[in-house]
Amino acid sequence: MTEFTPIASLIGGALIGLSAVLLMAFEGRIAGISGIASRLLPPWSGEALGGRLGFVIGLVAAPFLWMAATGEGVMQTVSANVPLMAAAGLLVGFGSVWGSGCTSGHGICGLSRLSPRSAVAVGTFMATAFVTVLLTRHVIGG
Amino acid sequence: MSFIVNLALGLLFGVGLIVSGMADPAKVLNFLDVFGTWDPSLAFVMGGGVIVAFIGYRIVFGMKAPILGGKFQVPTRRDIDSKLLAGPALFGVGWGLGGFCPGPALTALGLGSTGILAFMPAMLIGMWAARMLSEGGAKLRPA
Repeated sequence: MTEFTPIASLIGGALIGLSAVLLMAFEGRIAGISGIASRLLPPWSGEALGGRLGFVIGLVAAPFLWMAATGEGVMQTVSANVPLMAAAGLLVGFGSVWGSGCTSGHGICGLSRLSPRSAVAVGTFMATAFVTVLLTRHVIGG
Repeated sequence: MSFIVNLALGLLFGVGLIVSGMADPAKVLNFLDVFGTWDPSLAFVMGGGVIVAFIGYRIVFGMKAPILGGKFQVPTRRDIDSKLLAGPALFGVGWGLGGFCPGPALTALGLGSTGILAFMPAMLIGMWAARMLSEGGAKLRPA
């Protein structure tokens, strides 16, 4: 069970949207995390590498800024099942790059630009994610 | 300059993920568990993000060029190909198994849980493999 947090989630979502808008305003780029992270891997094209590195460092440092600023911990319940998490990581990494985007690039940025490709992508990954949880929690794991 | 701006925006994005609850895989998995312990919070994350970006992008695209120079780089493709179905389909399965997508996974990295230490290297390998397969690698290197 997790608590329903509509207000905090709306505010957090707005901050994510604001970051995406400012990245477009300053750099002219889409805030797609899979695109930013995957282009930090070799072979490098050289373009905007410093910027992408900065964005990823910011994401990794965010929980420490949050803890220092608020004195609160960061709530994360992560499965310790290593084979499961490794398989999940492979699928998320491969799928997000193969499909040109993830929850941020297709979800926030693409939907807000009314991109038909992003609408198809979001509909597809929501559907397979719902089915995956349905199967693992209610059919297999039950 | 670009590094500093991106660092600040990455921090803002990451704090947004934490405030929204999206950085917590338990909340993601409960959002996806409509027939069980359903927590609809993440619909509000998407809603908040899309509303702000929908309005904000319209303001930004009224500008002549990005503040730090260059041009606006916006995807222009509109075709639906098999990669656009296969990629997100695989992504969704991984998201439903682990509760992590790439952004939240990066915010979890420094906290060093067992799960993220298994997830992150695998995610990077997956990203790299997809890039190699789809771009052929050579195309990226300057001629």
